[in-house]
Amino acid sequence: MAYTVPKLTDYSEAALQRASDDLLSALAEEAAAVKDENALKIFRDRWMARKNGVLTQINDLWLKGAPKNAKRAAGQLVNNLKTQVEQKVDGAKSWRLAPITNVEHPGVEVPSAALESYAHEKLGSVDITLPGIRRPIGAEHPILRTSREMVAVFQKLGYSVADGPVIETDYYNFEALNFPPNHPARDTQDTLFIAGQLSKPLRERLLLRTHTSPVQIRTMEKMRPPIRIVIPGTVHRNDPPDASHSPMFHQIEGLAVDTNITFGDLKGTLDHAMKEFFGSSVKTSFRPSFFPFTEPSAEMFVSCFICGGSGKRGSDPCRPCKQSGWIEILGCGMVDPNVFDFVKDNGYDPKKVSGFAFGMGADRIALLKYGVEDLQLFFQGDVRFLQQFG
Amino acid sequence: MKLSSNWIRDFVDLSVDDHRLAEGLTAVGIATEGISGSGADTVFEMEIGTNRPDAMNHYGVAREAAAIYEVPLKAIEPKLPSAKSDAPFPITIEEPALCPRFTARVIRGTHIKPSPETIAHRLQLLDQRPISNAVDATNYVLWEIGKPTHVYDHDLLEGGTLIVRMARNGEKLKTLDGVERILTSEDLVVADGKKAVGLAGVMGGFDTMITEKTKNIVIESAWWDPVTVRKMSRRHGLHTDASHRFERGADFESTVLSCDRVAELILQSGGGKLQGDPVDVVARKMDQALIVLRVAEVWRILGSKLKEADMLRILKKLGFECVPSGLTGGQFDVRVPSWRLDVEREIDLIEEIARLHGYDKFENTLPAYSGAVVDLPHAAAEATVRKRALALGYNEAISLTFISHMDAEKFSASAAGAKVLELENPQSDEASVMRTSLAPGMLDRLAWNLNRDAENVRLFEMAQVYMSVDGQRTEPKRACLGATLAAVKRSLPVGEILDVSASESKGEAAEAFRAFKGDVENLLAPFAGKNLSFDRQTAEYFHPGRSARALLDGAPVAQFGQIHPDVVTARRLRQDVFLAELDLESLYERGLREPLYTPLPKYPAVERDFSFIFADGLSFEEMRRSVAAAQLNELREFKPVEMFRSKSIGAGKYSILLRAKFQSGERTLREEEVAQWSARITAALLAVGGTQRA
Repeated sequence: MAYTVPKLTDYSEAALQRASDDLLSALAEEAAAVKDENALKIFRDRWMARKNGVLTQINDLWLKGAPKNAKRAAGQLVNNLKTQVEQKVDGAKSWRLAPITNVEHPGVEVPSAALESYAHEKLGSVDITLPGIRRPIGAEHPILRTSREMVAVFQKLGYSVADGPVIETDYYNFEALNFPPNHPARDTQDTLFIAGQLSKPLRERLLLRTHTSPVQIRTMEKMRPPIRIVIPGTVHRNDPPDASHSPMFHQIEGLAVDTNITFGDLKGTLDHAMKEFFGSSVKTSFRPSFFPFTEPSAEMFVSCFICGGSGKRGSDPCRPCKQSGWIEILGCGMVDPNVFDFVKDNGYDPKKVSGFAFGMGADRIALLKYGVEDLQLFFQGDVRFLQQFG
Repeated sequence: MKLSSNWIRDFVDLSVDDHRLAEGLTAVGIATEGISGSGADTVFEMEIGTNRPDAMNHYGVAREAAAIYEVPLKAIEPKLPSAKSDAPFPITIEEPALCPRFTARVIRGTHIKPSPETIAHRLQLLDQRPISNAVDATNYVLWEIGKPTHVYDHDLLEGGTLIVRMARNGEKLKTLDGVERILTSEDLVVADGKKAVGLAGVMGGFDTMITEKTKNIVIESAWWDPVTVRKMSRRHGLHTDASHRFERGADFESTVLSCDRVAELILQSGGGKLQGDPVDVVARKMDQALIVLRVAEVWRILGSKLKEADMLRILKKLGFECVPSGLTGGQFDVRVPSWRLDVEREIDLIEEIARLHGYDKFENTLPAYSGAVVDLPHAAAEATVRKRALALGYNEAISLTFISHMDAEKFSASAAGAKVLELENPQSDEASVMRTSLAPGMLDRLAWNLNRDAENVRLFEMAQVYMSVDGQRTEPKRACLGATLAAVKRSLPVGEILDVSASESKGEAAEAFRAFKGDVENLLAPFAGKNLSFDRQTAEYFHPGRSARALLDGAPVAQFGQIHPDVVTARRLRQDVFLAELDLESLYERGLREPLYTPLPKYPAVERDFSFIFADGLSFEEMRRSVAAAQLNELREFKPVEMFRSKSIGAGKYSILLRAKFQSGERTLREEEVAQWSARITAALLAVGGTQRA
């Protein structure tokens, strides 16, 4: 027999208690029977609906009809019951989380297929293994990402970002960087020239900068020492495109000038930066080299971040480092006094200041870091390639 | 460049094996990139910097090894028979500035034949082709001590003399490679009494070369001006082992030694007699100034308190002589050896010290810094555009900086006085001009993808374009979005579709355009500006009916839309594509908008719908303006929610459902006032030619 709310005539303590007990036991019984969403809805409506729910009924029948002297007791009772009903209705949802047990054979596990179908029917659950609908998100270009990450490393070390034109004059690209006219060092940077320049004096002739180093000069012309700059940028050389060459590529250049900069600072700064970029376990090594605009000049190698410096990957030879355990990453050196002479008037007296500069190829680092075998892949814009870096 | 380990060891007694030797040399900057062969035939693949011509030979590398391992370097002392003192071979130097020194020797009665096995084998190890004992002798000496020399057939030199002079314009010289060259007055030649017989420091002449018949030989060992040799080598496209060394600076003091060494080798293999002593004409003395080296300066640059004694020891090993100078100590006058023309300044000496000390031995330090750290002026704006493009699903692309002439013409923004910048030495016609627009590169990238069955393509590129405006080169920054129709359609959220008669292609095109336009709006939104508007003024490569120009407060900032069908056909694009070009320069100039809070509404909004029919040409913008002219303060929003075309409406017309939202910040709106405002909106719509639907 379903519980119905009786009218109260007796408002004695005992009568109220009895009425309350009856109601609560009916509540508990009905709550226990709730096993699915539909039943929950019916249960909730029966007890809590504004129109004619049990709570409304006891409010109308027990409280409103109470004699004056019993109002207080009836009010307390109704309030108390209200809280209990709300708790039970809320609690009736607990079947959702309750483990499903085998009622007929306790202790025997319910087969998972049965569980699934139970979940489908009773819970309205979905196949959570269907692939998610992913809104497309663009991927940063691997070269530019590499460049930005490297720039960020130097920004943390107090370097400001600087930039300059891609179409440069001979003066900034060569002369002021201590490549005198007719110097063989110019041959090492196969240059693309802008047409129609021959009528101009050599230093004014336009070309595509072969390195980001002209920005060193341009910045020193504008800013007095001390300076610390990092320069990401596009550069060009007349190299036919192939798996490891492109007429257009990307460099990251750095320059630090102050009254106290030493070769040890150059090494320490780059060692720190490489550990930040490749991971704290990489080591650096410096070997003498030649660049017209630095002296002493060096090439910096990092211990191979692919094979960890062992030269081997498992039993195979490590290709990126050609089994040497070292990968050449950049060229660097102490700023040549001849370079300072070109900007001496702006506070760069080589007797008073010293500095270091470095430059590296973002393309090459990206190639090694991501294991890309063909440089041309970077410039084709193939979404299947680009999306791998998302 | 290849060098033989065994040959290096002729001059130094080393206990290290070849691998250790290679490492040791590399560590001081004589880069040994690879080792091949074994035993006596071990060959090093060397990479010698352009500043070190002294090390581009076996003796030079042996000198470095002697310095590294602190062992003695053996001298090369040619043993020559004493000669009869005949009249010296006459040498005339007409250009002392370009040829300060010319040394010669004459050998008579020798026999030309193949080189002895020891000589030939060593040359072969270096990939040099043995020719004959006399020619091989010069080549051997070049690889041994780095000094290029030349041998002439004495009897083919007319007038029995050698003259160093400028060539005459139009003078001809057939060089050893068999090519007849037309000379100019800028070429420096060695001539006999009648004709040019060699391009100075670059290549000898064909007509006076050593042949099997040669009996008498003139050996030349001169010092040529580096710049002159370099210019000639470039002009004639002749890069030789000799020019490579001369243009980097040969050893001025080695002319006699090299001449004698060549003579020794020829006499050993072919016999014959020396005619007289060497003729050594020094037209101009080459003096290398003393360099002052200060210990304090070494410390200032290197940062490490190297011991003075260590500095001196290193320099001495490399052939530098250091004599104390100054009164306070810690200062030296350094004499540079004749083979080190690259060392001219104190810093060059400091490099020598650092190099031999070992770079890796210097302690790593981090410098203190007192300067300011600043960002590029537009860094934040640039990052904002990039982040938004990525979030909208566009992949970042990089395209080549060069485009073809044809594309430059087609895609150039026609700024007044703007000119394209052409390359003097382009790699191809397709890449002969600096790009004036990112559009052609983007279209190529889209085509690449479509040709590989990648249908849903969204790309963006942020980069510079290049042009010359009124003679001044500029490199304005642009952004370019590219998307295929498939990708654009895919991004249409179902709930946002306006035109429900989408079966008609016009409706579909309108929806695609809107989807793409939304991306452009999202990129423009963060920039400061009050009024974003659109007109139809776009470049010819856009579809005339499906493209727009965006103006921020009246200034153009972007053009975008579907690409013209003709361009799609011409570029063989397998699908319609959309492009947007943003003028980042003018956007950056405006700067980013600073967000400002507006209080959230406290009172409910009321919405009213208006169903109208308009003629096709009438744009939503015209409706919006007409309604805006009514100046209804509580009108918060006025937008289209549905469009429809059908036969029942009639051709050339469309039905549109518009929705107005009213709201007040001060009170709940009353029914009558909303009705009043609605009536004014209806009137505004009627005023622009609309017919209200029943």
